[in-house]
Amino acid sequence: MVDVLSDTNPPTAIPPAEVADVELYHPKSWWTTYVFSQDAKVIAVQYSLTALAIGMVALVLSWLMRLQLGFPGTFSFIDPNMYLQFITMHGMIMVIYLLTALFLGGFGNYLIPLMVGARDMVFPYVNMLSYWVYLLAVLVLVASFFVPGGPTGAGWTLYPPQAILQGTPGGNEPGIILMLLSLILFIIGFTMGGLNYVVTVLQGRTRGMTLMRMPLTVWGIFTATVMALLAFPALFVASVMMLLDRLLGTSFFMPMLVEMGNLTKYGGGSPLLFQHLFWFFGHPEVYIVALPAFGIVSDLISTHARKNIFGYRMMVWAIVAIGALSFIVWAHHMYVSGMHPKFGFFFATTTLIIAIPTAIKVYNWVLTLWRGDIHLTVPMLFALAFIITFVNGGLTGLFLGNVVVDVPLSDTMFVVAHFHMVMGVAPILVVFGGIYHWYPKVTGRMYNDALGKFHFWVTFLGAYAVFFPMHYVGLLGMPRRYHDIGDTSFIPASAHDLNAFMSIAALIVGFAQLVFVYNLAWSLFRGEKASGNPWGGTSLEWQTPQTPPGHGNWGKELPVVYRWAYDYSVPGAPKDFIPQNEPPAGMAAQGARA
Amino acid sequence: MTAIVLFMTAIAAIAAWWLSQQRLADKPWLEQGVIDDHRSVRASSLPAAKIGLGVFLAVVGSLFALFVSAYTMRMELVDWRALPVPPLLWFNTAVLILSSGALQWAQGAARRDDRDDVLTGLMAGSISALIFLIGQLLAWRQLDAAGYFLTANPANAFFYLITATHGLHLLGGLVALGRTTAKAWRGVEIPRLRLSVELCTMYWHFLLLVWLILLALLTGWADDFVALCRQLLT
Repeated sequence: MVDVLSDTNPPTAIPPAEVADVELYHPKSWWTTYVFSQDAKVIAVQYSLTALAIGMVALVLSWLMRLQLGFPGTFSFIDPNMYLQFITMHGMIMVIYLLTALFLGGFGNYLIPLMVGARDMVFPYVNMLSYWVYLLAVLVLVASFFVPGGPTGAGWTLYPPQAILQGTPGGNEPGIILMLLSLILFIIGFTMGGLNYVVTVLQGRTRGMTLMRMPLTVWGIFTATVMALLAFPALFVASVMMLLDRLLGTSFFMPMLVEMGNLTKYGGGSPLLFQHLFWFFGHPEVYIVALPAFGIVSDLISTHARKNIFGYRMMVWAIVAIGALSFIVWAHHMYVSGMHPKFGFFFATTTLIIAIPTAIKVYNWVLTLWRGDIHLTVPMLFALAFIITFVNGGLTGLFLGNVVVDVPLSDTMFVVAHFHMVMGVAPILVVFGGIYHWYPKVTGRMYNDALGKFHFWVTFLGAYAVFFPMHYVGLLGMPRRYHDIGDTSFIPASAHDLNAFMSIAALIVGFAQLVFVYNLAWSLFRGEKASGNPWGGTSLEWQTPQTPPGHGNWGKELPVVYRWAYDYSVPGAPKDFIPQNEPPAGMAAQGARA
Repeated sequence: MTAIVLFMTAIAAIAAWWLSQQRLADKPWLEQGVIDDHRSVRASSLPAAKIGLGVFLAVVGSLFALFVSAYTMRMELVDWRALPVPPLLWFNTAVLILSSGALQWAQGAARRDDRDDVLTGLMAGSISALIFLIGQLLAWRQLDAAGYFLTANPANAFFYLITATHGLHLLGGLVALGRTTAKAWRGVEIPRLRLSVELCTMYWHFLLLVWLILLALLTGWADDFVALCRQLLT
């Protein structure tokens, strides 16, 4: 085995590289350095902070919802309309404005150029615009809280016809208009950023960085971005058409109907059409959030278990396969829409097939851990918690993917528990793990370990205290989206007690996030100074000449890549990791520009 | 959703072809040293802007494929009444083909480094694209005057929405084309403009292709094809 290495690649002189260095834009003032910056690292921080800030709003909304569910009637200021508005905004913000923006705009912007050895994204100006359009989208969304009638309460799926009718909060008021405008803006902004992420991976890789040497984080973000670029147009089309229905009175989605005793101006539209468009975006969206999480968690596990990732090729293939499959499962969200049973059968089959590549990934993570030198650092704890949570959420996905099981469970709390586990809690655990992992690189200081561990345990155990009982309550038949279930014969008193318990747990988990924010802020100024590579990582972002990386990321010369990103604990090597830019023994290191 | 699934299949085929060139079966844990990946070196000889535009066109293609999907899904319902296509659209189509041709000519001239021809080509392309847009607006007014209002029936709404989206994309392209033309006018050297001219041409050809597909759909030419697809599926 060892001989293979030296035989296949005898150390020879390297010819001068042809990788052209890019011309960087050099900011001239404070404004263009920190505010209207074209540097992907600054844009990444801007994206992340904005996403986390709006995420805090969604967190508070979840508290309010839980207060109402756990203690119905106690908090009289939460009326049924407000409750609907809270669930709508909570869902929309968490899925799109927090997770999508943070994984792709935040982690993507920071890590892609550094991990592939580029100086910056390929279109820095467009990248800057992307952030500002995203910020505008967030501001439009926030504005909807302050317009007459408040934000829309149509549910995060915004199903017509109810979404734009009087009975729904924000339906015939500005709420729904601002929601749709905000989504349209978000998609335009995302497309600008997405073009950058894709083309940088395609064209910006440094010398020696073949696709199969890229860290899995880049693979995950890259594939997710491709999917998002292709899937978001469906939401765009749906939003534009609904906006026209609402503003100009067209009838794309609106059938002829009677509202409050009066015949409306609409007629001839198809509400089902909206569902198809929405879920054609909506299902890939799950994997747009999950694939970056898969990638990041692979790197966290490998680094903190000091062991190469098990089955790297399979991991890459599985990411690509999941990305492709996720486009042909959308109608499993529509089993109760009256579809032909044969279609249901088809979509149930494709849905269950996704379990194969996903299971491969889970096995590979577990096998990477097996006999590894596991360091239970805060990022590692979050990564381990992710695996468990993802398996939990994935298993209930197997239930719901089957038509016969889904039909009775549809619109119950069981569904809510399922998707929170699989695409709420699981990805957010990776977000936390990723932030703790790269915090020393971004800021040059370590986070406070004790506060980090406290944050982890409360979040992890607390999330289970919230969502485990929710499955049971759902199985009892407790419906979702109900402001107050009242005295319903099939809901036993114990379910109400469980609801109160979940609500208290949710409050505690929420407060733990304040500890997280405090830790980030405090460590920025008071944290211990971090070295350039505190975890002993192999990938390129840990090998920058400065920490935090300076403008242009690398010194005079771009790094040259000689190996894959997972050379941990190589037998016979002097250290337990070999950086990607370290040449094999006997070969002199070279810059990418000869 | 046939159109979008077909479109995605095409994209998947392109992605699969590209991935098959990327040595995905490598065993990176066994290979050290600099791999000069010849295929990827060749890929990187294409300017990033061209790849970027290619990716963007895939996004725009997805957008239009979704519109077509929505249109054909709505067409299936019994109360569908397509609106008559104003004859003006044929004139507009001819003008758009002319516009695309002019840009193709400008691109050839840019490769020959022929300033006058580049300028003529770009101007002709811009003006004919503008005429197309004005023609589309006139077609709208004719329809409106004939009583085919936006809100009267879903077919009308789709017609206005799809033509408007196409027109807006062309308008956006005109901004880029206008800037390129202005640069050529101001006397920027042609070799430095070549990439811009090529990008505009690529975008124009794509929008022409989209328009031809949309036209076939809106005029009902594609009805037989749609029916065939539906039969194949059911």
